[in-house]
Amino acid sequence: MASYSTSEFKGGLKVMLDGDPCSILDNENVKPGKGQAFSRTRLKNLKTGRVLEKTFKSGDTLEGADVADRDMQYLYNDGEYWHFMEPESFEQYQADKNAVGDAALWMKEEDVCMVTLYNGSPLAVTPPNHVVMEVMETDPGLRGDTATGGTKPAKLATGAVVKVPLFMNVGDLIRIDTRTGEYLGRAKE
Amino acid sequence: MTDWKPSADIAMLHKRAALLASVRQFFAVRSVMEVDVPVMAHATVTDPNIESFSVRTPATTSKYYLMTSPEFYIKRLLAAGCGAVYYLGKAFRAEESGSRHSPEFTMLEWYRPQWTAQQLMEEVSTLVANYIDGDIHKTTYRQVFLNHLGIDPHTVSVAALKALAHERLSPAFDSEDRNIWLDLLFSHLVEPQLQGKVFVEQFPAAQAALAQTFVDAYGNRVAARFELYINGVEIANGYQEELDAEVLAARFLENIELRKSRGQTLPPIDEKFLAAMAAGMPPCAGVALGFDRLLMIASGENNIAAVLPFPS
Repeated sequence: MASYSTSEFKGGLKVMLDGDPCSILDNENVKPGKGQAFSRTRLKNLKTGRVLEKTFKSGDTLEGADVADRDMQYLYNDGEYWHFMEPESFEQYQADKNAVGDAALWMKEEDVCMVTLYNGSPLAVTPPNHVVMEVMETDPGLRGDTATGGTKPAKLATGAVVKVPLFMNVGDLIRIDTRTGEYLGRAKE
Repeated sequence: MTDWKPSADIAMLHKRAALLASVRQFFAVRSVMEVDVPVMAHATVTDPNIESFSVRTPATTSKYYLMTSPEFYIKRLLAAGCGAVYYLGKAFRAEESGSRHSPEFTMLEWYRPQWTAQQLMEEVSTLVANYIDGDIHKTTYRQVFLNHLGIDPHTVSVAALKALAHERLSPAFDSEDRNIWLDLLFSHLVEPQLQGKVFVEQFPAAQAALAQTFVDAYGNRVAARFELYINGVEIANGYQEELDAEVLAARFLENIELRKSRGQTLPPIDEKFLAAMAAGMPPCAGVALGFDRLLMIASGENNIAAVLPFPS
């Protein structure tokens, strides 16, 4: 891989730091009146998801990380691995629990997710921002109660629990923002 | 769509024009002559922390540098007897860009023969007070380190500087160079604390650049150099100018050695500047002030792009 100097650091660049692949979130140049300039960089460790801040001397370099984001269709879970397929090449990838993480709560078979590959293997899975899922368990709906704004928990097929309005019933389809886990509205299909 | 629009709004450009005119008026009434020295030069600064742009024509091999400060040309004028002068125009520094830096920027730089740095600081205060309210106070590099970090920057060990840097920040590098740790702590932990208008004086001798050095009340060799900070932003840098050509030549060679050790470019030393210094420049104080930053602070902006017609 190429290496990158601090002057090339910008949001989205994938680099290796202490042996882990990281994505640069942002980078601010800090320079005293005269003297050494620095790059104060926020990075997200792509393995752990942790965000860290590091200060580099201007001109320091980091190795690029062999990391690529690909859109893939989620096929199925065999109990241990989640299987994905690249729609164009039909190439299949299996992702383990560490890679899938909380994304498992929001994945439905055939949905297209973003799979982050590191050295050719899935490192992380990002579900679509909005998904439609079916309510599997919830208290019976309160007929006509569309205005009071009250909520109740509803359990989905994946095990995720979402707060929904009181009028929702088992079997209803709902739209969810996967970034916040919030109910967005009813869905038709 | 191609973004063709200016980064400053038109009202800001009116403010900018008014500030340019007002600064010129400030110097006109004080009989300080404006000089528009070249921005292209055959030699440039050797400071390892400043990178110059170089310019070439397709047809010839001659190379120019875009000047990072008008200092060398102005000092040749001073040696030729020009008297008090100022420059208000463009300067260029490669690899400097961000919310407070633009690779092409507007520099206000002026020199006062026979003045002390203290007198010049008074004049800087007067100029700045025309645009930014508030009292100004003076402190030293030693004092701000003591106040904000509890260490004496002149006597503390490199190991202690490193330990403090690791405790408070996350440096991703190591170095045995004391100045790098001082620069890191100063830029990250001290500068943001310099609220209001603050002059910092007596930088470490190793950071003298082209300033004279002297021994302070505590026995440390320090630079006769001052910086003005406004709300954590460095706005001006001034010197009691070093006059000794041999001292300056030695500093340039030190810079070149440091550049070699870091694998940096090796710019030619400005021999005409050194010859002018050897011929004799009158004792003087000089200061460079970031015009864009002055406008930025005076108009409450946080980003330099907001005061530039177009970002470079």
